[in-house]
Amino acid sequence: MSISNPGLIFLSAFIVNNILLMRYIGLCPFFGVSTSLTTAFGMSAAVLFVMLLATWVTWIIHRFILLPLDIVFLRTATFILVIAALVQFVEMFLKKNFKTLYTAMGIYLPLITTNCAILGVTLLVINYNFDLARAIIFALGTALGFGLVIILFSAIRERLEFAPIVRSLKGYPIAFISASLVALAFLGFIGFLGLSL
Amino acid sequence: MSVLLKSLLTLGGLGFALGLALSYFSRKFQTVGDELFEKVKTALPGSNCGACGFPGCEAYAENIIYKDAPLNKCRPGGKEVADKLASILGKVAEVEEPKVAALACRGGKNECAEIFIYDGGRDCRQAYILHSGNKSCIFGCVGLGHCASVCPFGAIRMGDNHLPIIDEKKCTGCGICVSECPKNVLILIPRTKLVYLACVSKDKGKAVKNVCSVGCFTCNICIKACPYGALTMINNLPTMDFSKCTDCGICVHRCPSKSYIDRAKARPYALITPSCNGCGECIKVCQFKAIEGTPGERHKVIVSKCIGCGECYKVCPVKAITMVGALGFQVKVS
Repeated sequence: MSISNPGLIFLSAFIVNNILLMRYIGLCPFFGVSTSLTTAFGMSAAVLFVMLLATWVTWIIHRFILLPLDIVFLRTATFILVIAALVQFVEMFLKKNFKTLYTAMGIYLPLITTNCAILGVTLLVINYNFDLARAIIFALGTALGFGLVIILFSAIRERLEFAPIVRSLKGYPIAFISASLVALAFLGFIGFLGLSL
Repeated sequence: MSVLLKSLLTLGGLGFALGLALSYFSRKFQTVGDELFEKVKTALPGSNCGACGFPGCEAYAENIIYKDAPLNKCRPGGKEVADKLASILGKVAEVEEPKVAALACRGGKNECAEIFIYDGGRDCRQAYILHSGNKSCIFGCVGLGHCASVCPFGAIRMGDNHLPIIDEKKCTGCGICVSECPKNVLILIPRTKLVYLACVSKDKGKAVKNVCSVGCFTCNICIKACPYGALTMINNLPTMDFSKCTDCGICVHRCPSKSYIDRAKARPYALITPSCNGCGECIKVCQFKAIEGTPGERHKVIVSKCIGCGECYKVCPVKAITMVGALGFQVKVS
């Protein structure tokens, strides 16, 4: 990605290159917790929070530890390690100091430890050679895009519960089919303000 | 420095530092009552059914510790869990009577006609929006099995007659089906009680007879027949006071529309021994004309008519009557 305009970076991450529907990263929570609106809200809030933090921390580690030592090939392992520890830390911190926020995010916080969307964004940011400010904007856009799609999709899933669906397609199969149709709709954003895949 | 050494040191050092930091902060951020919380949480069944009124076992554990929630709210766990919680917290648990879910409607598709063909979503709640479902009785079970799909213990399945069948062994009495049913045809009854009215129609007489062959049409027979005054007519429905009911089963057999359900697998019958003096008290009290005999001689029980209510046994002045074949009746105890 060669854009440097922060606004365009945000828009690209938010809609055009939506992490769920265009990049197909983070599909496990997408199908796992999109069964109802409330869980979708909880998950997207937790993802927003962790994604921003993780991008910030891993960018710094990459720039000031991995690059000077010339061991960039270790970034995947390092990032997983850092993200897992970070989420644990955040969980403890919230539990002690922000009890309401902790209960609101509930089970989703520890789940995000192994969320590929988080790792994906931290790695993409490195690939695109963003500076710290742009990396954060990219993470913000991606997290909001994740939230937008998962909330949209949970509304669809709630309707699907009641739809007369062939028995063999009930549950996940019809969810995947609907997801592909939503993805097709998002494909229409390509070329929007000159942005491409 | 070789690449190998550098990467080993970086990853190892990073892991070590993070591990140290985490262990330090886990001490620092430890919330009060963590250990207690874990203990309480493991004592609960963990099925997250929500019958206690809190969203899941974890929330209930929290409420027990911090907000003094009562210990006996766990219906699947029952007395056992309440006692465990009591011993952990050093409190005394008041025990709630174990309950079981029961279907208070007998109107399947054969007994209660379907007045239109419903082609919408296969969900009771959705069917209910459309003229309260397609059964002719607006109070009766819709029969699309929402209760079966919400039961966290798999205790409900749908029968051929489009009525749910409750497996009492699996049912924990959590009451989720009761609150989810759009028609309120599921009720919780005490597990030890055998008899209940399986009709919720608030209509009277003809209005019920026209739509359902097994509905209660407010004839008042059961209320007059009950020797213990356990039944009162409320909103055109005989309402059972379970504390007065003795499970005699008279209402079940006197009901002309067969609206009562008897959970007993078998009932005993009366037998008159030779010590009978022929006083005739038993003949007077028997509501089923199951005892015959001339005054002064030993009376006889007509077994085919006897329902095993035990009323004669109670009134016999010379204790000449025994109840036999009551083995199946022990369902009460188990």
